[in-house]
Amino acid sequence: MEFSFFITQFISGLTMATLLFLAASGLTLIFGVGNIFNFAHGSFYMIGAYLGYQIINIWNVNFWLGLTLAGLGAGVCGLLCESLLLKRIYGRANEGGFQILSTYCLILIIDDLVKLVWGSEYKSLPRPDGFQGAVQFGDIFLPSYNLLIIGIGFFVAVAAWWILNKSRAGRIVRATAVDRETMGVLGVNVPLTMTLVFGLATALGGVTGALAAPMRTVTPGAGIEVIIDALIVVVLGGMGNFWGAWMGALLLGEVNAFAIVFCPKWATLFSFLVMIIVLIFKPEGLFSPRKLRRV
Amino acid sequence: MNTGFTFKKGVGWGIFILLFGLMPIVISSSYQLNLIGHILIWGMFAISFNMLWGVTGMLSFGQALYFGLGAYSVGLMVKYLGVGWYFPGIAVGLVLAVILAFFLGLLVTRVSGVYFTMLTLAFGQLAWQVTFKCYNFTGGDDGIVGIIPPGILGESKIAYYYFILVTVLLSIWFMQRITHSPFGLMLRCIRQNPERVLFLGRSVRYGQLRIYIISSIFASLAGALMVGADNFIHTDMFIWTTSGEVILMSVLGGISQFFGPFIGAISLIFIEDIVGAYTEYWSMIIGLIILFIVIMLPNGVVGELMSLKQRIMKSRRTGGCDASHT
Repeated sequence: MEFSFFITQFISGLTMATLLFLAASGLTLIFGVGNIFNFAHGSFYMIGAYLGYQIINIWNVNFWLGLTLAGLGAGVCGLLCESLLLKRIYGRANEGGFQILSTYCLILIIDDLVKLVWGSEYKSLPRPDGFQGAVQFGDIFLPSYNLLIIGIGFFVAVAAWWILNKSRAGRIVRATAVDRETMGVLGVNVPLTMTLVFGLATALGGVTGALAAPMRTVTPGAGIEVIIDALIVVVLGGMGNFWGAWMGALLLGEVNAFAIVFCPKWATLFSFLVMIIVLIFKPEGLFSPRKLRRV
Repeated sequence: MNTGFTFKKGVGWGIFILLFGLMPIVISSSYQLNLIGHILIWGMFAISFNMLWGVTGMLSFGQALYFGLGAYSVGLMVKYLGVGWYFPGIAVGLVLAVILAFFLGLLVTRVSGVYFTMLTLAFGQLAWQVTFKCYNFTGGDDGIVGIIPPGILGESKIAYYYFILVTVLLSIWFMQRITHSPFGLMLRCIRQNPERVLFLGRSVRYGQLRIYIISSIFASLAGALMVGADNFIHTDMFIWTTSGEVILMSVLGGISQFFGPFIGAISLIFIEDIVGAYTEYWSMIIGLIILFIVIMLPNGVVGELMSLKQRIMKSRRTGGCDASHT
C-alpha cells in the first residue's frame, strides 16, 4: 500500500473514530454517573441531525449557530425525557430492564415523530463554508471537513476531561457517580445533578448528529445504527470509562476504514468480529483494570 | 408452587384448548384465522423469551436471531431441495439453533445486565446483516416467497392452523413443566440471588446457558411455524424490532406470570391490527402504551390484575380495612 493512500485511509478512520467517540462518550457518561443505560441515545443523535438539517438547510442559519442550536434542542429533549419518564423508574426492582424498555419505547416514539415531521426520505446537509475543499500536504489531499471533525473531537475530549477532573462541577459529578446517598447528605441536589448530566450527554449526542450529518445521510432509523456502534465502542473500552471509549472508538474507526479497502462487502462485520474477540479475552473491556467477574 | 396436575390448572388448559380449537369454526375469514395463528406463534415465542427474562432475569434483545434461523432453515431447504424437505427443514433449524445457542451462549453469558442485552442485540444485528448481504443465497431484502408446506397442511389453511395449535400447545406445556421443575426453581434463584446459587454449589453460568439454549429452540420453532402461516420469509425476521416485539408482549402481559407474555401477545397483535388500520405510525402508539404501562403498571396487565385480586381478597378478610400495599 502506498504511503499517501495509507494516510488518507488513516485520517478517514480517525474521523469515524471521532464521531464514534462523541456518540459513545454521552452514553458512557450517563452510565458512569447515573448508572442509566440510555438505549435511546442514538435517537437523540438523530434528533440533533434533523434539527441541524431544519435549522441550517431550511431556515438558512449559520452552520455554527445551527450546530449549537441542534445540540441545545436535543439536550432539552433529553432533559424532558429524564425528568418526566426515567426519574419515575429509579430504584425499582429490575431497574436495568425497565430502563432499556422505557428507552426502547422512546426510540419507537422518536422514530415515528421524526417521520411525521420530516418524512421518511433521505436528507442531507451541505458542508459549511470554508470546509468544502481539501487540504494538501505534499501529494496527500485530505478533506478539510474531516480535519475539522477531528479537531472538534479532540477539543471536546480535552474539555470534558478538564471539566470532569479539574472543575467543581466535575468533582460533584464524579462523587455522585461513586456514592449518591452521601452526596445527598452533603447537600448536593442529586436528582438535579443526574438530570443535568443526562441533558448534557444528550446535547453531546445531538451535536454529534448534526456534525455527522454532512458526511452521512440523515435518515429515520439512524438511531439504532448509532447506538450499536456506540455500544461496541463502549464494550471495547469498558463502560463508564472515558479514555477507554476514546481508544475503543479509535480501534473501531481504523478497523472499519481499512476493512472497507480490503473487503468492502463485509466491512461492517469486522466491528462485530473485533467485539467478539475482545469479549472472549477481556470481557470487562480492553482498557479497564482487570477485576473479579460478576456473576 | 404446585408441580402436579390440579383441577384448576386442568380447567385453565381446557378453556385454552377449547377457545383456540373452536376458532376455525367460529370465524370464517382466512385473514382472521391467520391472525389467530400469529397470536399462537407469537405467544409461544414470547413465553420462550420470558423463560429468559421473567424467570432467569436475562433480558435478551437478540431472540430474533433464532426466530429468523428457524424460518430461514425451512425456507432455504424448501427453495433449494424441494418441498419434501419442509419438515426436515424444521428439524435442521432446531439443531442449528441448539448449536448456535451453545456457542453464542458461552460468549454472551460471560457478561451480565445491560452488557448481556446489548451483546445479544449486536449478534442479532450481525445475523440480520449477513442475511441481508447474502443476496444470491437468501434473496436479501426481497426475501423468498411461495414456501408452501407439503400435503394437506399446504392445501388447507385450517389444517395448518391445527398443526400450529398442537405444536404450540405441546411447546407451552413443555415450557411450563420446565418452569415448575427444580431446574426452573433454580433459574428463579439465579434471577433473585445469583450468589446464593454459588453457595448451593451450583453454577450460575451453566443454568443460564441451558435456559438460553432451551429458549432459543422454541424461538426457532416459532420462526419455522411462521413460514407456513405466511408462506414467505423476509430479512425483517432477523431485525431488532422482532426481538423488541416479544419484549413488549412480555411487559404488556406481565413478566412475573407464566402466561403473561401470551396475554401480551394477544393484546399487542390486536392493538397492531386495529391501530395499523388507521395510521402508519402505529409503533409510536405502541411505544406510548408500553411507556404508560412501564410507569403506571410495572407488573404488566396480568400482574396488576393478580395484585388487585389479592388486595380485594385481603380487604374482604380484614373487613374492608385495606392494609397499605407495596
